[in-house]
Amino acid sequence: MTRYIVRRILWGVALLILVSGVLFVMFRVLPTADPAKLRAGRLQNPKIISEIRADLGLNKPLFTQFWLYLKGIFLHFNLGYSYYSNASVKSLIFSRIPATLSLVLGGAVIWLVTGLTVGIISARRPRSRLDRFSMGGALVLVSAPEYWLGLISLYLFAADIGKWKVFPGAGSYVGLTTDPWGWFTSLILPWFVVAAGNAAIYARLMRGSLIETMDEDYIRTARAKGLSERRVVLHHGVRSAINPILTIFGLDIGVLLGSSVLVETVFDIPGIGRLNYDAITHSDFPIVQGTVLLAALFIIVANILVDIAYAYLDPRVRYS
Amino acid sequence: MSEAPADALLRVEDLHVSFATEDGVVRAVDGITYQVQRGRTLGIVGESGSGKTVASLTTLGLTRSKRSSISGRVLFEGRDLLALPEAELRAIRGNEIAMIFQDPLSSLHPFYRVGAQLIEAIRVHRDVSAKQARTRAIELLGLVGIPDPQRRVDEYPHEFSGGMRQRAMIAMGLANEPKLLIADEPTTALDVTVQAQILALLERLQRELGMAIVIITHDLGVVAEMADDVAVMYAGRIVETASAASLFADPEHPYTWGLLKSIPTLAGSREEDLLPIPGTPPSLIRPPSGCHFHPRCPYAQPDHSRIDPKLEPLTGDPAHHVACLLAPDLRRRLWAELQAGRMPEQALAAVGLQGEPS
Repeated sequence: MTRYIVRRILWGVALLILVSGVLFVMFRVLPTADPAKLRAGRLQNPKIISEIRADLGLNKPLFTQFWLYLKGIFLHFNLGYSYYSNASVKSLIFSRIPATLSLVLGGAVIWLVTGLTVGIISARRPRSRLDRFSMGGALVLVSAPEYWLGLISLYLFAADIGKWKVFPGAGSYVGLTTDPWGWFTSLILPWFVVAAGNAAIYARLMRGSLIETMDEDYIRTARAKGLSERRVVLHHGVRSAINPILTIFGLDIGVLLGSSVLVETVFDIPGIGRLNYDAITHSDFPIVQGTVLLAALFIIVANILVDIAYAYLDPRVRYS
Repeated sequence: MSEAPADALLRVEDLHVSFATEDGVVRAVDGITYQVQRGRTLGIVGESGSGKTVASLTTLGLTRSKRSSISGRVLFEGRDLLALPEAELRAIRGNEIAMIFQDPLSSLHPFYRVGAQLIEAIRVHRDVSAKQARTRAIELLGLVGIPDPQRRVDEYPHEFSGGMRQRAMIAMGLANEPKLLIADEPTTALDVTVQAQILALLERLQRELGMAIVIITHDLGVVAEMADDVAVMYAGRIVETASAASLFADPEHPYTWGLLKSIPTLAGSREEDLLPIPGTPPSLIRPPSGCHFHPRCPYAQPDHSRIDPKLEPLTGDPAHHVACLLAPDLRRRLWAELQAGRMPEQALAAVGLQGEPS
């Protein structure tokens, strides 16, 4: 098991190097704009530009540049400096991580709890009115784009522009440590928007998985033991049915941590996604590069965690 | 208690079970009656789809659903299980009546340790601590002949061999010392050598614990080995029931003859052909008219597709019941001809009957 984990981590590192390479090509080799000019901003005279060139190492051969770039990333977590604000990308990203974590993890709790609950109830009464209603609702929510749901929720419930002024609107985010209550209320709408589509998908997945599981022979055995139906469903059915869903859950969290751009933009939450969006509009390549690399890291880590979790969730899986 | 005959542990009376499906109503069990005496073994024999499993699951209330309709009576120690509310039935399930199934791998939960599954079975009916239940689980694993139960109790089902898994299932069934154990094809998924071990184990446990066993099987060999009494099922009905000795010595129903003649024996000569039963089991949605077996019966007469035979006792042997429209003396002569190695057509000719071409 340990060997397996080590191997997976090494693979993850290799993959990250590969992603870095692709990013390097995208942002250093392909752009038609000269990074030095972008960096120089309004102070565009040849002397300054050539100084910046030397400073960024742009006049060294590409391979040397790549090597320095990799060394910077993997040994010092140095992702360069923003062309726009001159701040280090590393510090920018670190300052933005709490907001994204708050948004994604809070949303994840909501979608996991509601999705699984609705899925289990639907599975126990297939074709009932409740089942039809929740599966129909799920279809609507799955189809609704996140930014649209976000705008609608602001239009309906935001304290500033809403029809019913219930929750704080866009731009109201404050850090958890600064003002816990403000943090919580400002995130209610974004959480529900993040959760809505996923809750719908998870409800459908859970329903399908549980209906299938309840036909298994070991469910019949559990009933034959004289267990209550509740215990049969939760302890025997859900325990098996939930496995594939937890796998997807891990990956979804990984993806979302790196790319909650739309919701963060609509609600003006200062997270990684928002940082990325702003950087793109300013052609601030080091930040874009840093956030994309971070997204890749999240997905790779999530993948490894899911694989490890699987071995604990399903005793038949033993990696060697 | 007054309704049940003196010592019948389980008495099933006129049990009907049908399921509504998209293709129509499936009459899985169509009016069967049988009983199981304390400490004895009843073998229920039949092909797949003859309703034998459904009948037993119904005994435990495991076929109750919106789509099923169940009628008749299932008297266990005089109490009608069909009339019991779910909660009271649960108190009997796995406690006074236990059931084990065909495929022990798929019947054990793959994510829980064998011990945990045993402990669960114990604690649902007994108010004991987890520790006491674990001690009992180890004891049970030892009882069913699993070596090193102290260690195996913490293993997962996939770490057991097929035979060991079935032993573990049996241990789970015995957890609360049931009065009745229903074994549904307990050896079908196992190797032949392991089959014999499992049957021997069941016999030993029955002797030691004094429980009654219903063994459901398509294998007359298993019945010969285990059963005191036999019920032969066909298309949701019992077509013949007798003591095992009487059934093997003087089978009365052409379907039973078919079952007996389709198993190879070492005693028979190699030239003696096996006689498969022609055709396939009938649809239970639209069962054949009259005698359900008539389309496959080599001895069926024209009126057999109209008259529905009743399960009736033989005059000479009141414990032996058969549902067949052929006259008793005719049946005896046909069986004698078959025993002499004749083919069904020859046997028919010998007794002076015409077969109905089907």
